[in-house]
Amino acid sequence: MTVSLNNPVSAELDATGLSCPLPVLKTRNAMKELASREMLRLRSTDHGSVKDIESFCNQTGNDLVSSKEEAGTYEFLIRKR
Amino acid sequence: MNMADLPTDGPELDKMNEWFEKKFEEEMKKKEAAHTPSMAIIATKGTLDWAYPPFILGSTGAALGWDVKIFFTFYGLLLLQKEMNLKVSPLGNPAMPMKMPMGPEWLQKMNMPMPNAIPSIVPGFETTATALMKKTFKNKGVATIEELRELSEEADVEFVACQMTVDVFGFEHSDFIDNVSYAGAASFLPVAQKADVTLFT
Repeated sequence: MTVSLNNPVSAELDATGLSCPLPVLKTRNAMKELASREMLRLRSTDHGSVKDIESFCNQTGNDLVSSKEEAGTYEFLIRKR
Repeated sequence: MNMADLPTDGPELDKMNEWFEKKFEEEMKKKEAAHTPSMAIIATKGTLDWAYPPFILGSTGAALGWDVKIFFTFYGLLLLQKEMNLKVSPLGNPAMPMKMPMGPEWLQKMNMPMPNAIPSIVPGFETTATALMKKTFKNKGVATIEELRELSEEADVEFVACQMTVDVFGFEHSDFIDNVSYAGAASFLPVAQKADVTLFT
């Protein structure tokens, strides 16, 4: 995937339809593939993932750039530490 | 400066205490940042429902960057079998709130507490309950136990089996997946002592 100013995301992860703890586990695996400062866009539908992804980022030192909800889908931008 | 020259009262002492507190806090913060949290879990149950907590918490702990060890003992050993054939029993489990995972919507929304008296006399009831639970979990996007176990292994969760219960139940090491070590209580307790989180499941 091309990374540009308009599209600073290096990887996409679709965790919609998955329940705890899969969104976190899959995010962990996706982050492993990224280089430092690269960004992951994660989508999920698990309501618990709002708090869980925030906690994951706090614990692992990755930067939760944004977290938003639209029509029942949550979208997170996470920058690797 | 030697100890005898240190101030014992007055503004000099206050200054020194202030310096010490600040320095101490800094050092503790450094230590905390360098510390990898650890978790020791005991898994004692071998039914499909109770197989979830150790694997969910173990895999998630590892995903958070923690060192995780799970000790499998008694019926928890079933969770290490190469071929797991875990079942859930509604017998003696009256709180199990299951809903129909198929059929029309009104039926799926209906609460059907598992009858507690029937299972012991109806053959195949446990198999039915197990199938319903698996189907419900799948519909809700919950991982299978096999999947969670694999994710745990991938994330370097350590599996330890209790050798005493392996012997008691007549298991062979070859019944279990490769990624298992064997030990006893004296190995678990020192690990638990040092762990930040210890859980019994």
